[in-house]
Amino acid sequence: MAYVQNKRDQPWLIRTYSGHSSAKASNTLYRTNLAKGQTGLSVAFDLPTQTGYDADSPLAKGEVGKVGVPISHIEDMDQLFDQIPLDQMNTSMTINATAAWLLSLYIALAQRRGIDPGKLNGTTQNDIIKEYLSRGTYIYPPGPSMRLIADTINYTVKHVPKWNPTNVCSYHLQEAGATPVQELAYALCTAMAVLDRVKASGEIGAADFPQVVERISFFVNAGIRFVEECCKMRAFAEMWDQLTLSRYQVNDPKMRRFRYGVQVNSLGLTEAQPENNVQRIVLEMLAVVLSKRARARAIQLPAWNEAMGLPRPWDQQWALRIQQVMAFETDLLEYGDLLDGSPVVAAKVAELIDGARREIANVEAQGGIIAAIESGYIKRELVQSHMNRLRAIEAGDLQIIGVNCFRETAESPLTQGSDGGIMKTDPAAEREQIERLQAHRRQRNDHEVQAALQGLVDVAKSSDNIMPASIRCALAGVTTGEWGDTLRGVFGEFRPPTGIDIAIDSRELLGKKDQVAQLRENVASTGNSLGRPLKLLVGKPGLDGHSNGAEQVAVKARDVGFEVVYDGIRLTPQQIAQAAQEEGVHVVGLSILSGSHLELVEAVLAEMRARDLAEVPVIAGGIIPKEDADRLTALGVRAVYTPKDFSLNAIMADIINVVRDSHGLARLPTPQ
Amino acid sequence: MSPVRLPDPEQLAERIRRGERAAVASGLNLLDNKLDEARQGAARLLAALAGEHGLSAGHLIGITGPPGAGKSSLLAAMIRKWRQSERTVGVLAVDPSSRPEAGGGALLGDRIRIKNTAHDEGLFIRSLANRSQLGGVASEVWPMSWLMLACFDIVVIETVGVGQTEIDIAEIGDTVCYVAQPASGDTIQYLKSGIIEIPDIFAVNKADLGAPARKTAGELTRASSRQDRRADWDYPVCLVSANDHSGIQPLLAHVDRHRRFLIDGGLFDELRARHQRAWVVRLLKDEFGTFGLGLLGGAAGVDAWLQARPSNQFAGYVQLRKHILSKFLSANHQSSLTTKEHVNEQAIV
Repeated sequence: MAYVQNKRDQPWLIRTYSGHSSAKASNTLYRTNLAKGQTGLSVAFDLPTQTGYDADSPLAKGEVGKVGVPISHIEDMDQLFDQIPLDQMNTSMTINATAAWLLSLYIALAQRRGIDPGKLNGTTQNDIIKEYLSRGTYIYPPGPSMRLIADTINYTVKHVPKWNPTNVCSYHLQEAGATPVQELAYALCTAMAVLDRVKASGEIGAADFPQVVERISFFVNAGIRFVEECCKMRAFAEMWDQLTLSRYQVNDPKMRRFRYGVQVNSLGLTEAQPENNVQRIVLEMLAVVLSKRARARAIQLPAWNEAMGLPRPWDQQWALRIQQVMAFETDLLEYGDLLDGSPVVAAKVAELIDGARREIANVEAQGGIIAAIESGYIKRELVQSHMNRLRAIEAGDLQIIGVNCFRETAESPLTQGSDGGIMKTDPAAEREQIERLQAHRRQRNDHEVQAALQGLVDVAKSSDNIMPASIRCALAGVTTGEWGDTLRGVFGEFRPPTGIDIAIDSRELLGKKDQVAQLRENVASTGNSLGRPLKLLVGKPGLDGHSNGAEQVAVKARDVGFEVVYDGIRLTPQQIAQAAQEEGVHVVGLSILSGSHLELVEAVLAEMRARDLAEVPVIAGGIIPKEDADRLTALGVRAVYTPKDFSLNAIMADIINVVRDSHGLARLPTPQ
Repeated sequence: MSPVRLPDPEQLAERIRRGERAAVASGLNLLDNKLDEARQGAARLLAALAGEHGLSAGHLIGITGPPGAGKSSLLAAMIRKWRQSERTVGVLAVDPSSRPEAGGGALLGDRIRIKNTAHDEGLFIRSLANRSQLGGVASEVWPMSWLMLACFDIVVIETVGVGQTEIDIAEIGDTVCYVAQPASGDTIQYLKSGIIEIPDIFAVNKADLGAPARKTAGELTRASSRQDRRADWDYPVCLVSANDHSGIQPLLAHVDRHRRFLIDGGLFDELRARHQRAWVVRLLKDEFGTFGLGLLGGAAGVDAWLQARPSNQFAGYVQLRKHILSKFLSANHQSSLTTKEHVNEQAIV
């Protein structure tokens, strides 16, 4: 066989989602990754930056530099892109509620470096809908939030034409439980809501509107059912082509292309036998590159150890090399579409399109996606789908290797190192960021800052585009928290419409009937021994908005007979302790996925001690490494649950016993 | 040994009157507790809180209305104003979502909608599941609201209106406020049901919707003007919006005006005493059933006995409980009890 290669297609943009500790540390990581052959950057911001708080805000405690890089002002942005030429880089920013702000900092930095913003290339995620439904880093109510998105689109189409101002995300819908049909339907409904909003703003005339449509890109998830996922991507491309033609009269087929980036599924990655995640990631990736006609434009792969904690540089390199092997070693890019003409694929695509069309019509009949979010409809549908999935895992109908089957394993050499196979963030990062921020505040021109912020207020109250005033703020040295707070003052803050009053038919969702009946009996008899029904507080301290886990536990606990107090996301340790006291709960469950579990749990325990609640047991759940779990236990936490504890029934049995232990009652056996 | 450490009721009452939050929480736990020794402690706690003078302080407000009317958001806006004028607020948020047939669990998610600011020591929220009550308000609500009155300026009971709830809430609150949802069939149903006789104040929420809200307000005004419960009260109908905060101040003015109306007319103490008597009967019936109540001459007998001792109904409740228990015991053991344990039977029958 000769080594003559056929003409190859260009590969997708190869990225790794990364950022941590500080702008300086992240810059070093980025330059290392670029030297290893990464072709674009994907910036992960920390939660204070994503939710519009400065590093020294009380809500930011413990969260600075944890899930991403803290960017508080233009000097941070400058340091993040030190020695990286902005006009030659393709930068993706996972930023939503504060997207207009981070984009302003990026544009302002380009201006300061003498680079024409028209040459900037990249993406802001900028999709607020899925924040309300799943990811939780929203700030403002839907009206002003959609206006901010429309403003960034209107601005970039005119001034930064190569920028992708919004990435409509079906990714997080899948993480929240969406089926492929729901992913298709809700993502397309979101895109329609965004386009309709831009159209209504009237900033761009009808003749130029196709350029707006062309700039809409998507961010999609790929799970392990790779045939179905492959068909889902083809269905997306087909539906987008039709929808942009019929609804927005885009006549040029090139402008109707479904352009999307991918991060493969993190939800399905397991903490048990974590090396198996590598083959999962490869197969999931295959689904989005296999079809030439619906191939991803940009891909970032998670690391094999994501379910255990933060990946190290070596873990990220492994993820990068997977992409490179697929793009450069295999012959995939030498061929046309492999699946054209397959009757199996065509039938599956048609089935998905049919289902998605019906669900879109259903949402449209309710007044569109925003109305359907405000009514709680979509959240209920997603929670229902997610519960179905969990039930299937518990019942063994959905097999997950190493989790609910084939669990025997040899010791893994990958997790034996002194670091436990994960990255440790620098505990000094938060303090250093705060010092840097306070020094920055002292150095800037206060008069300019105040004038720029007043300009921002005036524009926010008008219907003018928010971007020029935000860029002026960025240049004046305004901070992320000041920008966020100023708009909070004008727009107000979003409050979830219904908490989680999720109307789920328990009979259908409970899984093993006998176990549930036994659990109910255990809850009731323990309540009788204590004189009142068992009451559980489910709390999410810190800024992490991934509420699905907490909600699953809350719903399950309700179903086995607990009275469950759930206060939603973004609570301070003080608020959680106060709620525990006012509500008189028997046990407090904390859910933390941002990696700040040590700081936050310790703070909650301290607040509870200060309120005479030392005897109320606290349990914690999240992505918590073994070593940290041991430290939490030493601090007084009674139980720690991690992704390997997939059985909600087993968790419930354990929580009941935690309560019994704390009152000197004998433990009850776990129902089988 | 009991798995629950029970506090000393009289000491606890002292701390509650001083406004100690830990004591308030602990008192609410005690009132919620169904262990025998806890019931005894709960009755003593209530008696100690009421003291010799009864509880005539504070303002107990019931807020009710159909699901989706925006009660919690409206309450949040009201609380913001009350707190601005430095009045302390206790809230009992009663959630209707529990289902006894499905294990009795409940998701209590109201705090998130009621809370305004990050941290406020002048606001205390307790969520309550409705437990096994078929419609109506859980029997724990009543004693809990009285406990809160001992230490907060304003106590609000928030419930979802489903018929019996409004009737119950009218037997607790000094002032009942009905929150109506514009342009929904609920208001019409409400008008038809006759429950319109109950609220003292009507608040049509979502006034920012404009015409539909004004239409609903018009319907309620026409219907409420036909009420004759208290001829000299005007049953105001307010247009309010939790969204843009319009109409909140006038609504609060009506709420305050209603309390003054009751006091000026000499109705306030009488109303509270009547409510207390009704709930003593209900609590006794909950605990001992119709048979137990029959031992005291039935509801009418208890009511008459309490009317003769208006100073502290809770102390009366302690006595009546003891009396029924002693009757049960003597029925079982054929033994007589010390006279100290007895209530004056002549007065009851």
